[in-house]
Amino acid sequence: MELLMATVIAVLTSCGVYLLLRGRTFPIILGLTLLTYGVNLFIFVSGRLSPGSSTIIGVGEQYADPIPQALVLTAIVISFAMTAFVLVLALRARAELGNDHVDGRISVEDVNS
Amino acid sequence: MTLLIIILLPLIGAAIPFMTERMGRTICAYSAAIGPLIALGLLIGSAPTIFNGTILYSQLSWLPSLGLNLNLRLDGLSLMFGLLIVGIGLLVTLYARYYLSPRDSLAKLYALLQLFMMAMLGIVMSDNLMLLIVFWEITSLVSFLLIGYWSNQSDARKGARMALAVTGAGGLCLIAGALLIERIVGSFEMGAIFAAGDEIRAHSSYPVILILVLLGAFTKSAQFPFQFWLPHAMNAPTPVSAYLHSATMVKAGVFLLARMYPALAGTDWWFYIVTFTGMTTMLFGAYNALFKHDLKGLLAYSTISHLGLITMLFGFGTPLAVAAGIFHIINHATFKASLFMAAGIIDHETGTRDMRKINGMWKYMPHTALLAMVAALAMAGVPLLNGFLSKEMFFSEALHLESMGMFSWVFPLLATLAGLFSVAYSARFIHDVFFNGEPIDLPKFPPHEPPRYMIVPVEILVGLCLLVGIVPNLTVAPFLEAASLAVLGEQMPEYHIAIWHGLNLPLIMSFIAMAGGVLMYSQRKGLFAFYERKYRHDEKAVFEARVQFSVRIAQHITDLVQNNSLQRYMALLIATAVAAIGYALWGMPQLFGPIAITELEPVSLLCAVILIVGALGTVLLHHNRLAALLLLSVVGLIVSLIFVRYSAPDLALTQLSVEVVTIVLLMLALYFLPQLTPNESGGKRVSRDIVLAGAAGIGMGLITLAMLTQPFTSISEYYLANSVSGGGGANVVNVILVDFRGFDTLGEITVLAIAAVGIYAMLNGLHLPLPGADGEGRRWDKEPHPPILAVMARILLPLALLVSVFIFLRGHNAPGGGFIAGLVTGVALILQYVASGTGWMQERLRWRYRRVAVSGVLIAALTGIGSWFFGYPFLTSAFGHFNIPLIGEVEIASAMMFDIGVYTTVVGATMLILAHLGRLAQTSHSPRPATSMPYRSNELTKGEP
Repeated sequence: MELLMATVIAVLTSCGVYLLLRGRTFPIILGLTLLTYGVNLFIFVSGRLSPGSSTIIGVGEQYADPIPQALVLTAIVISFAMTAFVLVLALRARAELGNDHVDGRISVEDVNS
Repeated sequence: MTLLIIILLPLIGAAIPFMTERMGRTICAYSAAIGPLIALGLLIGSAPTIFNGTILYSQLSWLPSLGLNLNLRLDGLSLMFGLLIVGIGLLVTLYARYYLSPRDSLAKLYALLQLFMMAMLGIVMSDNLMLLIVFWEITSLVSFLLIGYWSNQSDARKGARMALAVTGAGGLCLIAGALLIERIVGSFEMGAIFAAGDEIRAHSSYPVILILVLLGAFTKSAQFPFQFWLPHAMNAPTPVSAYLHSATMVKAGVFLLARMYPALAGTDWWFYIVTFTGMTTMLFGAYNALFKHDLKGLLAYSTISHLGLITMLFGFGTPLAVAAGIFHIINHATFKASLFMAAGIIDHETGTRDMRKINGMWKYMPHTALLAMVAALAMAGVPLLNGFLSKEMFFSEALHLESMGMFSWVFPLLATLAGLFSVAYSARFIHDVFFNGEPIDLPKFPPHEPPRYMIVPVEILVGLCLLVGIVPNLTVAPFLEAASLAVLGEQMPEYHIAIWHGLNLPLIMSFIAMAGGVLMYSQRKGLFAFYERKYRHDEKAVFEARVQFSVRIAQHITDLVQNNSLQRYMALLIATAVAAIGYALWGMPQLFGPIAITELEPVSLLCAVILIVGALGTVLLHHNRLAALLLLSVVGLIVSLIFVRYSAPDLALTQLSVEVVTIVLLMLALYFLPQLTPNESGGKRVSRDIVLAGAAGIGMGLITLAMLTQPFTSISEYYLANSVSGGGGANVVNVILVDFRGFDTLGEITVLAIAAVGIYAMLNGLHLPLPGADGEGRRWDKEPHPPILAVMARILLPLALLVSVFIFLRGHNAPGGGFIAGLVTGVALILQYVASGTGWMQERLRWRYRRVAVSGVLIAALTGIGSWFFGYPFLTSAFGHFNIPLIGEVEIASAMMFDIGVYTTVVGATMLILAHLGRLAQTSHSPRPATSMPYRSNELTKGEP
């Protein structure tokens, strides 16, 4: 299972990074979201994989590590706020610059290369 | 304490001239002199104690953790330098009163001069090497301001910049050297450094330390090849040159040689580097001085030459040579300061400094001429003047040097040669300026004697030259002995300063130098022509060209990295991160730990495959934005399933609700953005990005696997054990959030609120063109809101709110809590916006969501502050069990109030973001009104194509 989890995180990171490197704002936001999933999962599994456990005292016999969970919970909410922020930034940039390229222009390099 | 006062007096004095400037120039000058005058009195007062061989200390902690303390010492060396600094400083103060024209601010000059005096006193009295460097840097900065005093002149600015660049670079080297010394000695205190001299000299990094410290000293003292800044610093007002470039700033370098002598000297490295640098500088300066037509230029090169001489004496390393070096510091300061002042007077009275024009001044200003001639003779080393005594000692030491074996004859020869040049340029200073026919084309004619008090400082200095030259043992001897003792310690030699040692070799060398010098001057015409042909170059132009060159290189490098493309920066950042982490992983002896991998489960495998397909699909289909978005939501759902599988119900709930909100948000935004991403990345870029992304992914995968196979002990035991007893809740995750780590959560909801407010600000006044059709040209549906959805949503609302209250209340003991409840409420409200439109909602719900978000943060913060009233630290929680009729026993914790704050913030922030984005369609204008839809928030329904 550890191997599978590592593969999942690797795929999420790769896809996220690839989209982050695109030139238009919307794919970058998609990439950011994918990368967030990967990072959140990574933090989460740093408490190790513990199926069939619980973080409620008195429920179950085995306890999962609650600290990564608390970290990830706030991370999810904050990354939502950040995604929203970047998204609105993209809208604003589109309104101000007239296109949705991150550099505010269609670069010659993009067209030629 | 006295020592600290001595340093502080000029510092306080720096402010006085500004207050007294309006009362007239003379009062301004006198008031500026008060501080230094008291400091001089204090220094003289402590002289008898110092002559007894005692050293005065003053200690004050400043930054003890860095080893930087305000520890001061006053020993013989500090006393001698201190008297020079303050004494000449006072004379310069008087002189400047008459030198500066009424157009220039006297107060500014006095304030800078006193600041400079403070810094110089700090250098010579520091008992801590780091403190010395602090003062050293202050002298560099203040000298920049002083040289550039006439800041409207381009030459002055360039000269100041050059001085700052050279001495500043030297200062950096000195800091590096000091840090290395500290690593060996373990302290910056001078006493400890002196005591560890043998240890430093034996250390393997001694050559590095020596070179770094010497670079500091040589740049400050204008030693070859750093001498070029000094002549260009002559653009400063002459009082500044007289002070900085004769008595103080350039002497800071040789002071450092003297100060560090006990710790660093006595090795071959020291001998060769210091001696040869000094010798080259001495010859270079002496040679060039002869050919300068500028009065101050001649003096500047002569200063370089004399500084070289002093450096060379310290390089010899014999006790007598060191004593001679210190003696020459005093002598040079007195005659050179008076010569600069005389040059200033001549400049002031004639309007030029060009010696080809200034001739025959003897007729016009005999008083000044006499004084200047005596000082110039002292510079040439004529008997009965102070310069003669130290020059004799120098010749004698050059003769007795045996370190060079069969080449020892080189030193006396070169010493005589330098002496010869120095006689020649002194002769030029005397003959060219005061005799040699009539003046030519003077800007001011006829010149006359300056104001009476402008000459007084020159008289005092020349008087000192004579006194020291004639009766050295009655005047300078005790100071010199105390200073030499401070440098040499036990090696203190027996010596005797005398005017007449009999007809010996040094005296013969002096005669050769004098005769040769006069002869050389008489042949000057041919020499000048030769110099003009061969050696004309402008250091400033070279320096500026090099500065420009380095600026161009820097610009080029900047352009390579910073090409104004965010896309490029992103790639560079990721590449750097991949390279740095890859390098670290490469160096690990064993990546994976001993924990065995657990068995694969078929259901998990299936989910993972769906996730991977979803993620890859998002990438592959990202040109079709809506499709990519739908696939992305699949990934998010699987992630929340992973949370469920591995015992994190809170995370699963949060992820699920955030997922809904995020996707709605992205769809909303997509409405305003192009529906398709153009395919504009070329093959090269795509393959580069695939390599980068692949490397990043493989790296993350390896790290994850490495982490998961390592043995693990968690710090969570504490939280699990104390959750119920300390936080009053069974859901440990929630208790951590609202209780144990409540302060972190407070920070996080603050970030959330700030992001929401930021979004609100960005949306304010935003106008986007409304698209009339989707990416494939299909018109948006004109039917604003499907009635079935609207009805269902209205029914669902109370239910959803009930669920959110339920989730909130159980949060402390079961999965749930403020974050999740807030998101559920948010989703329920958004559904109403989607189903019925922004306008409909606005009529019914008149909340200002930004106030909601902010009041949430306030509630949480106030809950934390509340614990202060009970005498507990911020955010201390309390809980108790209460019996409420009908409901039964209920547990109420103060953390619940905090959780309400979290809930309110989340609701406020979410709604602020979504509702304002949804309202955008109403405020935006349409490019084609004819094809646009009715201005309802029907854009929310465009999710179904």
